[in-house]
Amino acid sequence: MSLSATTAPPSPAAPPPDVPARRRRGYLFNRLDLKYSPYLYIAPFFLIFGAFGLYPMLRTAWMSLHDWDMVGEHTFIGLDNYTELFSDEYFWNALVNTFGIFALSTIPQLLMALFLANLLNQTLLRAKTFFRMAIFVPNVVSVAAVAIVFGMLFQRDFGLFNWLLGLIGVDQIDWRAQEWSSWTAIATMVNWRWTGYNTLILLAGMQAIPKDLYEAAAIDGASPWRQFWQITLPMLKPTFIFVVILSTIGGMQLFTEPLLFANGSIIGGNQREFQTLAMYMYEKGIYNLSTAGYGAAVAWAIFMIIVLVSLINFILVRRAAK
Amino acid sequence: MSLTTRRSRMAAAALAAITAIGGLAACGNDDDTPAEGEKPAKLVVDTFGEFGYDELVKQYEQQTGIKIELRKTAQLGEYRPKLVRYLATGKGAADVTALEEGILNEFKANPRNWADLTPLVSSEITDDYLPWKWELGKAPDGRLIGLPTDVGSLAVCYRKDLFEAAGLPTDREAVSALWPDWNGFHQAGQKYKQATGKAFVDSITAVSNGVLFQQGSDLFYDKENNIIADSSPAVKSAWDTATSMVDISAKASTWSPEWSGGFKQGTFAATFCPSWMLGIVADNSGEENKGKWDVAAVPGGGGNWGGSWLAVPEQSKYPEEAAKLAEFLTNATSQVEAFKAKGPLPTNLEALKNEAFLSYTNEYFSNAPTGKIFGESVAQIQPIHLGPKHQAVKENAFEPAMRAFENGQASKDAAWEQFTKDAQTQGVF
Repeated sequence: MSLSATTAPPSPAAPPPDVPARRRRGYLFNRLDLKYSPYLYIAPFFLIFGAFGLYPMLRTAWMSLHDWDMVGEHTFIGLDNYTELFSDEYFWNALVNTFGIFALSTIPQLLMALFLANLLNQTLLRAKTFFRMAIFVPNVVSVAAVAIVFGMLFQRDFGLFNWLLGLIGVDQIDWRAQEWSSWTAIATMVNWRWTGYNTLILLAGMQAIPKDLYEAAAIDGASPWRQFWQITLPMLKPTFIFVVILSTIGGMQLFTEPLLFANGSIIGGNQREFQTLAMYMYEKGIYNLSTAGYGAAVAWAIFMIIVLVSLINFILVRRAAK
Repeated sequence: MSLTTRRSRMAAAALAAITAIGGLAACGNDDDTPAEGEKPAKLVVDTFGEFGYDELVKQYEQQTGIKIELRKTAQLGEYRPKLVRYLATGKGAADVTALEEGILNEFKANPRNWADLTPLVSSEITDDYLPWKWELGKAPDGRLIGLPTDVGSLAVCYRKDLFEAAGLPTDREAVSALWPDWNGFHQAGQKYKQATGKAFVDSITAVSNGVLFQQGSDLFYDKENNIIADSSPAVKSAWDTATSMVDISAKASTWSPEWSGGFKQGTFAATFCPSWMLGIVADNSGEENKGKWDVAAVPGGGGNWGGSWLAVPEQSKYPEEAAKLAEFLTNATSQVEAFKAKGPLPTNLEALKNEAFLSYTNEYFSNAPTGKIFGESVAQIQPIHLGPKHQAVKENAFEPAMRAFENGQASKDAAWEQFTKDAQTQGVF
C-alpha cells in the first residue's frame, strides 16, 4: 500500500493561491511521463523489430508472389512460385538434407547437454565455475573458423579423421561424396559449437528446481538416478521446450557450415548431398538473380516449416511430460 | 526530485536511441545531384582479387586532382552479392566497377543498370583492344558496358622435379612438344603415372576448363541465347576429353582443400594456369618449392580462363569522369604496369607488343618468360559467345556432374544426364 502511495501523483488538494503555475506544469509533466514514457522505453525494440524483422518478412512475402529479377523486371504471378515449389525435386532434397543434419545434430547434442548439465549440477564437483566457463568456449568461436577447421579435419587426402581411421585399418572416406558422411561431418561441427550453450541453459533450469524436492526424495530413499528421472526431468520441461525450439530454428536455418564444407559451392556437394534449405534459398534468391521471387517463396516455406516443427515439438514435449 | 531527474535522464536516453536509429536510416539518403559539368571531389573504384591498380590510382590522383578511393574485395564470391545489392537498391555502387566475365554476361540481360560508354570514351580506342574482348563488353542492344582489362589466357604449370623423377623431359620447350594435342597430354600423364604410381593432373574439371574455350564455337548457349547444353559439340568434346583422363587425375577440384594442400604434397605434377593463377600456385606451393615449377604451352594451343572489364553503373553521379578513369586504367601503359605489379594479362594490343611486357620473366617459375608465353597464347584465343548464365551452368551443372563421375558417384552416362537436366534449370534467365 505504501508503495502505491509514493508512486502516485500528489493529490491536487486545493493548491494555495500562491502556488504558481510552475507546480501545475510539473504535475502535468508527471501525468504525461507516467502515461507515455513506458511506450518510449519499449519503442527501440519495436522500431528495430519493425525495420529488421517485420518489414523484411512482409517484403519477402510480396516478392514471393512475383517473378522477380533482382536487377530487372518484376511481374506479379500470384501463388505460382509456391505451386512450383511442391514439385521441385531439389527443394525436397534440401528439405530431407536439412532434417537429416538436424536429427544428427540436435538429438545427440541435447542428450549430451543434459548429461553434462547434470554432471555440472552435482554438489560434489570441484572448480565448478571453471568447467562452466570451459564448456561455453566453443560457442564463442566464429562459425566460419569452426567450419574451416572442421573442413580440414574432414579432408579426403590429408584430413585428421581419415588418418585416424587409417590407423585402425579403415579405408579413406570421401566425406563430401555421400549423404551419411557429409551429414555426420556437418552435424559434428554443430554439436561441437552448441552443446556447451545448451548445457548452460539446462543447468540454469536445473538450478531453479527447489532443493527441498530432492531432500524429501532422498529421505524417502530415492536413488540419484530415480531423482533425475522423476524430479529433474519433469521440472526441466519448460527449459527443455525452449532449448528444443531454439535448436529447431538454428537447425532449419543451417547455412554457413555446409556452405564452407562444400568449399563455397552453393549446391552443396556434387549431387547436392548436403545442400540445406537455407542454401537452396540462397541459390534461388541471391546466387541466381532472375529467380529472386522463387527464392523468397523458399524463404517463406522455411518459415512455415520452422513454425510447424516448433509446434510439433511443443505438443510432443508437453504430452511426454504429462 | 531525484526520481524525476532519473526518469527524464532515461527518457533522454531512449530518445537518443531512437534518433540514432533514425539517423542510421537517413544515412544513405544524401541525394545531391551535382551540377552539369562539375568536377567530382572523389571517385570510387571497386575491384575483386588483384587488379594491380594501387600505383596507377595514385598517378591519376596527381594528374587530375580527383581523389580516388580503391575498394578491394578479396573473393569474387563476396564481391558479387555486394554488387547485386548496390544495383537492386540503386545506391552504393562504385563509379568504376570491375566486372568478371561471368558477372558481365549475366548483367548483359539487364544492360540498363550500366552507363553506355560509347559517347563517354574516346572513339579512337575502339581498335586498341583484342577485337573479341572488345565485342564481349557490349550488351545485345549494342550498348558498350565494359572496357577490357585482362584475359586469363592459359598455360600448363608443371613440376620439373617430379617430371624428372618420372623420366619425362623438364625443359619447357620439350615439355610443350610432349603435348601438341590433348591426346599427347593424356599419354604423358599415363607415362608419369606408370613411373611413379601418382596422379598427374589435379582434376578433370581443370582439363575441361582448358578444352571448353579452345573450340571457338557456342558452348552452353547458341547466339540467340537458347540453352543447347545437351547438343553443343564443343561441350560434348570438352566432356569426352576430360572424362577420358580420369585415370591420371588426383580428383582434387580447384579451390578445394585437397587441391590447395596438394601443391605442397606433390599429389599432382601439372595444373592449368591462367596468368592470374601463377600467384596462387606460388602461394600454395610455398617458398620451399620455389624454382621447381615451370610454365609450358597448353595442349591444343590457346585457351582462356577468366578475365574482366571495367564498367560504370548507371547510378554513378559522374559517369563522364568515371569513364575517363576507366579509360585511363585500361590504356596500354596502365595495363603493362598492372601486369608487372600483380599479373593480370593485358588485352590492349599495344600493351601486348610492349617490350617490358614481352621480356618479363617470373622468378618463382624458374624464370619462365611468362610475358612471352602468355602473350603468344592470347593471340590464339578464340572469341566465344558465353550466354547469360554461363557461369551458373558451368559451376552448378557441368562441373559437379563431371566430379560426380570422377569420384565414382555416378556412371559417365548418369553424370551426363545429371548435367543436361541441371543445365536447363541453371540456365534459365
